[in-house]
Amino acid sequence: MGFTVFYLSAIVLIPLAALVARPWEHGWNGFWETVLDPRVLAALRLSFGVAFAAAGVNVVMGVLVAWVLVRYDFPGRRLVDAAVDLPFALPTAVAGIALATIYAPHGWVGALVGPVGIKIAYTPLGIFIALVAVGLPFIVRAVQPVLQDFDAEVEEAALTLGAGPWQRASQVIVPAVTPAVITGFSLAFARAVGEYGSVIFIAGNMPMRSEIAPLLIVIKLQQFNYAGAASVGLAMLVLSFAALIVINMIQLAFARRGVR
Amino acid sequence: MRARAPTRPAGLGWLLIAAALAWLGLAILLPLASVFVEAFREGVPVFLAAFADPDAKAAIRLTLTVAVIAVPLNAIFGIAAAWAVTKFEFRGKTLLLSVIDLPFSMSPVISGLVWVLLFGANGWFGPWLEDLGIRVIFNVTGIVLATILVTLPFVARELIPLMQSQGTDEECAAITLGASGPRTFYLVTLPNISWALLYGVLLCNARAMGEFGAVSVVSGHIRGLTDTMPLHIEALYNDYQYASAFAVASLLAGLALVTLAAKSLLEWRFGGELARPTLPAGIK
Repeated sequence: MGFTVFYLSAIVLIPLAALVARPWEHGWNGFWETVLDPRVLAALRLSFGVAFAAAGVNVVMGVLVAWVLVRYDFPGRRLVDAAVDLPFALPTAVAGIALATIYAPHGWVGALVGPVGIKIAYTPLGIFIALVAVGLPFIVRAVQPVLQDFDAEVEEAALTLGAGPWQRASQVIVPAVTPAVITGFSLAFARAVGEYGSVIFIAGNMPMRSEIAPLLIVIKLQQFNYAGAASVGLAMLVLSFAALIVINMIQLAFARRGVR
Repeated sequence: MRARAPTRPAGLGWLLIAAALAWLGLAILLPLASVFVEAFREGVPVFLAAFADPDAKAAIRLTLTVAVIAVPLNAIFGIAAAWAVTKFEFRGKTLLLSVIDLPFSMSPVISGLVWVLLFGANGWFGPWLEDLGIRVIFNVTGIVLATILVTLPFVARELIPLMQSQGTDEECAAITLGASGPRTFYLVTLPNISWALLYGVLLCNARAMGEFGAVSVVSGHIRGLTDTMPLHIEALYNDYQYASAFAVASLLAGLALVTLAAKSLLEWRFGGELARPTLPAGIK
């Protein structure tokens, strides 16, 4: 018990205290000047916006993958099931250089879409693709157990009462998986906001355009601007906690509606 | 209540399966395949040469060193934290749990940044330690600290739900029969959690060896000294030595595949003795 608290304080709490205390070195104004700098604002908007979009796409594709894995018996199902976790296990730097190479103008996919006029690598679209790849397992793993435990009799009852496939999906299954979907969404979103390794290789890192907030922290540290780096870090942390709280409240609202 | 068994797919089913597989192929399989293809693009000699490079050897050694320090520490912490949370009642338990989870919701870059704020040249304790001749940032110590912070929740997150569901009955029985605290732990608790512990350690290790963001902030990128494998990959890639970068990357990708295989084996063989993954509890 004592060890647990000591270890947590040394590894998590004291370092975090530094993050909370350091931004104010140049006063209240110093913090706001850093955070409201157009380049910082653009980076924060990009990080949070693309993370939101990627988590949104993953909701659709993640539910699809979870559905297929739970409902259908097809050859290689176990292998596919295990492969879903690969983005968890694959180091981000490895994923980063792989994605950058595939989607570069001469890469496997980049060369295909290039002639049509689509540029993926070194644009915000590239960041989006990297964040989609990173976030997919969160949704699948959140939804899968709920679908697995879903009471077959409820569905059969709906069928007997004359509900068509569309009605069964929208009125029976969707409400049941929604809380799990929201949980998965928030996990994927939180991960995507802070993601660094898999993004920086494909992003191009152009200020104001494709520069993510974590990279800005790294840049400020390289200039030994500790207060500035801590300001951006604190802003990211506060914003993502605020987002998670909002998502939590939405989930609570859903849960309450379900009880009624 | 009865869960529905998976069925043989019919028309629409095959369509959904095809869509799901295509998406997984694009998001997961394609990047993985490209790592191995690019690694051998310039032939086997270039692939092998990438590992003969002294800097690469140093990077592999450093990554192993960091994992050997960070993983056992977090395993011990994980056991202690799970023990404290599940076998005792105390106030502030929820708070403790949220603090354990904190590193999962933080950007890895922030997990590195906090150590620079403490021990960097302009950090709180940096100048003082510098006078004593101790360097933390741009040194192995900083890399270890950053790795410990990032991988802290893995073992604890795996053990807590399992030990919660096991309850304290067996421990109480052992204590009643006169076993001491440590004896109860070794003979009763540890055997009950051994597979889950292994599972947590496996995931913790994979992340420790592959961590990039947090480590890149504190390392200083001194080749042959403070470059871990992921950082060495970055350095090679930025030097346009793509084949070598992917060769080293293929080693880490291999580690990921082995981790995944071992994890699936544990789930399949000892699923009953692992915590039920109600959430993506393992790696979040």
